Amino acid sequence: MPTDPDGPPRSAGKLALTITINGEVRHLSVAPTTVLLDLLREHLGLTGTKKGCDHGQCGACTVLIDGRRVNSCLVLAVMKDGAEVTTIEGLATNGRLHPMQQAFVEHDAFQCGYCTPGQICSAVGLLGEGRARTPDEIRELMSGNICRCGAYVNIVAAIEQVMGAEDSRSAAA
Amino acid sequence: MPSAEHHIGAPRSRIDGPAKVTGAARYAAEHTAPDLAYGIVVSGAIARGRIRSVYAAAALAVPGVIQVFTHENRRRTAWLDYSYKDDVAPPGAPFRPLYDAEIHYSGQPVALVVAEDYETAAYAASLLAIDYEVAEHETDLEAQRAYAYVPSKKRSGIPPPPSPRGDAEKAFGEAPLHVEGDYSHAIEHHNPMEPHASTVIWEGDGKLTVHDKIQGSQNSQRYITSVFGLKADDVRVMNAYVGGAFGSGLRPHYQLFLAVMAALELERSIKVVLTRDQMFTFSYRPHTLQTVRLAADRSGALRSIRHDAVAGTSRYEDYQENVVNWSGMMYHCDNVALTYTLAQIDTATPADMRAPGATTGVFALEIAMDELAERAAMDPIALRLRNYSDEDENQGKAYTSKELRECYRVGAERIGWSRRSSVPRSTREGRELVGFGMATGCWEAYLQKTAARATLTPDGKLEVATASSDIGTGTYTILAQIGADGFGLDLADVSVRIADSTLPTAPVQGGSWTAASSGSAVQAACQAVRETLLGHARGLHRSPLANAGIEQVEFRDGRITFASDPARFVTFADAMRAGGVDKVEAEATAAPSVVTALRYVSYTHAAVFAEVRVDEELGIVRAVRIVSAVAAGRILNPKTARSQILGGGVMGLGMALHEETMMDHNLGRFMNHNLGEYHVPANADVHDIDVVFVEEHDDKVSPIGVKGLGEIGIVGTAAAIANAVYNATGKRIRDLPITLDKLL
Amino acid sequence: MNNFEYLRAESLGQAAAAAADPATKIIAGGTNLLDLMKYNVERPSRVVDITRLPLKDIAETEAGGLRIGALVPNSDLAYDERIKARYPLLSSAILAGASPQLRNSASTGGNLLQRTRCYYFYDTATPCNKREPGTGCPAVHGQNRIHAILGTSQHCIATHPSDMCVALAALAATVHVTGPNGSRDIAFGDFHRLPGDAPEIDTTLRPGEIVTAVELPPEGFAANHTYLKLRDRLSYAFALVSVAAALRQEGGRVVEARLALGGVAHKPWRDEAAEAMLAGKPASPESFAAAADHLLRDAKGHEHNAFKIELARRAIVRALGQAAAGTPQSQTDKRIR
Repeated sequence: MPTDPDGPPRSAGKLALTITINGEVRHLSVAPTTVLLDLLREHLGLTGTKKGCDHGQCGACTVLIDGRRVNSCLVLAVMKDGAEVTTIEGLATNGRLHPMQQAFVEHDAFQCGYCTPGQICSAVGLLGEGRARTPDEIRELMSGNICRCGAYVNIVAAIEQVMGAEDSRSAAA
Repeated sequence: MPSAEHHIGAPRSRIDGPAKVTGAARYAAEHTAPDLAYGIVVSGAIARGRIRSVYAAAALAVPGVIQVFTHENRRRTAWLDYSYKDDVAPPGAPFRPLYDAEIHYSGQPVALVVAEDYETAAYAASLLAIDYEVAEHETDLEAQRAYAYVPSKKRSGIPPPPSPRGDAEKAFGEAPLHVEGDYSHAIEHHNPMEPHASTVIWEGDGKLTVHDKIQGSQNSQRYITSVFGLKADDVRVMNAYVGGAFGSGLRPHYQLFLAVMAALELERSIKVVLTRDQMFTFSYRPHTLQTVRLAADRSGALRSIRHDAVAGTSRYEDYQENVVNWSGMMYHCDNVALTYTLAQIDTATPADMRAPGATTGVFALEIAMDELAERAAMDPIALRLRNYSDEDENQGKAYTSKELRECYRVGAERIGWSRRSSVPRSTREGRELVGFGMATGCWEAYLQKTAARATLTPDGKLEVATASSDIGTGTYTILAQIGADGFGLDLADVSVRIADSTLPTAPVQGGSWTAASSGSAVQAACQAVRETLLGHARGLHRSPLANAGIEQVEFRDGRITFASDPARFVTFADAMRAGGVDKVEAEATAAPSVVTALRYVSYTHAAVFAEVRVDEELGIVRAVRIVSAVAAGRILNPKTARSQILGGGVMGLGMALHEETMMDHNLGRFMNHNLGEYHVPANADVHDIDVVFVEEHDDKVSPIGVKGLGEIGIVGTAAAIANAVYNATGKRIRDLPITLDKLL
Repeated sequence: MNNFEYLRAESLGQAAAAAADPATKIIAGGTNLLDLMKYNVERPSRVVDITRLPLKDIAETEAGGLRIGALVPNSDLAYDERIKARYPLLSSAILAGASPQLRNSASTGGNLLQRTRCYYFYDTATPCNKREPGTGCPAVHGQNRIHAILGTSQHCIATHPSDMCVALAALAATVHVTGPNGSRDIAFGDFHRLPGDAPEIDTTLRPGEIVTAVELPPEGFAANHTYLKLRDRLSYAFALVSVAAALRQEGGRVVEARLALGGVAHKPWRDEAAEAMLAGKPASPESFAAAADHLLRDAKGHEHNAFKIELARRAIVRALGQAAAGTPQSQTDKRIR
């Protein structure tokens, strides 16, 4: 059905945004309509963060903002002025995979790999939260990340391995 | 002989794993160019009719908008339907994006808005207004069933039902035990996590490099050249990483057409990415109405099998699957009658979705077999063993191998089949009913003509290359394993080049044939390199291998060595020097054996077992355990192989319990077109899945003894779960998905 | 998405003044608003960001309850030690909803203002009285599996999607709002409205009014409560039917009952008459069934959702049983207690 297209087109001016991404402070100029996910993928070339649904229904776009896992597809970039964002590109240090990345490779916790950055960021967030201990808890608290290849069994195994390693490290400390 | 196998058969981690876990792997929408513009597709609102007018002025007035393409200003493209037929197109007239004002289905692309950046394109697209002339539509298969027909043209590769054998109707009447039921499953959408996307890089002078989400780069390449009249050398298509597809990426889709059209028209690079909602506007597993009638004697021996299916297709193409033939081949029976017809509805053409046809037909047959087992008071496994068949009775040919008996045995043991009560609704744990079910799975093991190239350099590095794809299946890794074992190399010494239309010819990745086909081709190319290299080594002055035959030597540690006397060797580098070459390269093609095909058929088999818990009052089903015992010939990589079966199992679980695309027949439109309301299994839905590969040696199915694994994991899974739900609750659900309302 | 002007509010007054313009939308977590904006269901010309306002505390009230700032994220609220100890029903309901990522972003106030997940409301190619008043409701004769069975009108059969709000309804929370004409309190049951002949209006908020806090009364029913959510997959899905049940019991008898349902109506459906029927009755399946029947007395199903009536009946009885036994439903162990 034809609708009145909201009168004359509006163009909204760009806004200054200072945001730290993977440890690097960026001074950017963004449109109000720019969503964090699109800022990363389309404007900054950080395509590791994936767009699977663009509506918070799949988790492929999960990043850590100030240490918390969120769906970057539902965040206006301008609202995160001053925030620290960690994406999948920021997890490895000095070319060494983050333990969660390593565990995902070892357990074959993916096939096509498209949901994987979101799964890994979500799993890192999960570890930080410290609320999952049992496989049931991991499954429930990882349910915001859909994997159509069906790698869930291996994803849970990978997370358990990293969790076990962290537990034994803290027990030793 | 290749050197001793070190990598083949070993559980190697994916060689593309590090790229995938670090975000370095770039998918179709993740390539860029300095002149990249963004195209947003505008989808149509009605199911059938015509576009009366497109109001594009407001969109065009937005600063940064470059063009709005519609049927009124599209580029001229090929005239004949034939030119639009891709490698796997079914018979009919393929959909042509923006071709004319005609609306064929709801969600059809009606415009492409191109702008300098994504946000501008998305905004401008929202300003487009379209006026339609609405025509009557029909989207309900039940309503169209009366007009079902036998397709006049057969789809290539899809065998029509065999002629009836014996007299199934008469035998049905005479046999003492009968079951009869109507079965159906909901329309399902593939929903790979990566939305379909195409990035077209304008290289100048009409040359294009295309990154497409496709299961075969050469299919897209041929489609583009054919539709737009371009020279083959001017179009290169790549699909280095494919974020899942499951069949949705077999055919080139409209985003590719639109991106190429815009790039040619604007002479600049264009990216078109579909939204998740638009992922519901092409390619789905068709709704299929099935009736299965089985009859048996008192010993459980099948006396009659009838299986009739009416499947949905579009108005413009006769999409076909092999739905019913399984019922004529999986069990021994002298009286069989199978029919498969199509009925047209106003949707996009359905498409192959993981184990197309088998997933559909075997689900019905295997529930019917469960019903028959109960009627015959037999264990469901015993009934299947009673009717076990060592040949495909549709064709009267033997199997190249069939270790299905062992699948039943191992699967039963792993699930704890002895815990199953034969009396439905008799096992409880707290407020939950407990049930066990099983089903047989089956999928054809294909070998498709595939070419590959192997290139060995003096430094002991190998490159293997073929235009095959890796849609998450592990192609990169298994080809590296095969190449490495061919020359005794580490995996790190092998580079695998695939996913590029300029490489040796390979078919689309589908049908579970890639491992067998591209693997055999790579093996053959490596063999040719070995022979040439040995020839060079023999030609060396006073060669230690002067009289060595290829069967007498081993290739490892950068040397060709006499197997029986390791002191006699020539290094790869010396051999090449002797031959005056700086590399040895060979191309080889693997193709099915005509001789074998005369006498044999090849199938992968599985026995799937499920244990469920069902809340008695509330109907919530939990699939707590699935065991998939698979006979698939040689397993190249148990780690990635297991993942394929896990994935098939999860999709089968989704089919059984969750997945349903809901059509509003008044509007002729799918309504739950997003991942919030189209439910694929989430992590919490999946518990224990146990995968076991039984030993199966097969020297006929393919040169490397491989059968393929992409589909078999899903076939039978939904039936096993449905049978387990019956065993738990006493409720026989023949209409998937089994949502809680059906169990109240 | 529409182009819009972005304004970061420095004060509540500034935000409320801006929000009085119907073309302006307030944004906090953004998890629903941005979702709807991307679908062009919402097309504000101005978006006012209130996330820098000081509405992020959970504070004790003089009455002995808690006052939850509108910007407290759902996850912080669910895991707050005071909430877990004194209002575990609220914590459980929050954790039954959405995903950890969404709960990290979504705010308390925004959760109240979520819009329906009706397929038609979300799809601008279809008519919808809620989105475009007067265009009709295709859900009535279309796909209505997820739609309402209580309090519907011929104009709209949409449901409210929140889990948290079902618990807040059962707990008889109060919503604090501030607007151009000052502040006021709204009883939770009065906050959301039924569709009637104006389904485009979800709440009783007046133009410019902003939710500033949600106040919980002292009674949290910590000993006997449950949140039971039934849906089409075991996690990350909206409720077909959910039940928040809370009881005060003495000697096997119910002293006070609270019962609210999600997924069945245009608002969290609390039925005080059904609750009253339970008072003084033994905490038995029979009394629970009678209350369920009463609550569902006017339920009306459509083609695909008629099952919800029986499902709701059974879920109410089960939930009240869980509450009475002091065995609330776990949101991680999917076995229903």
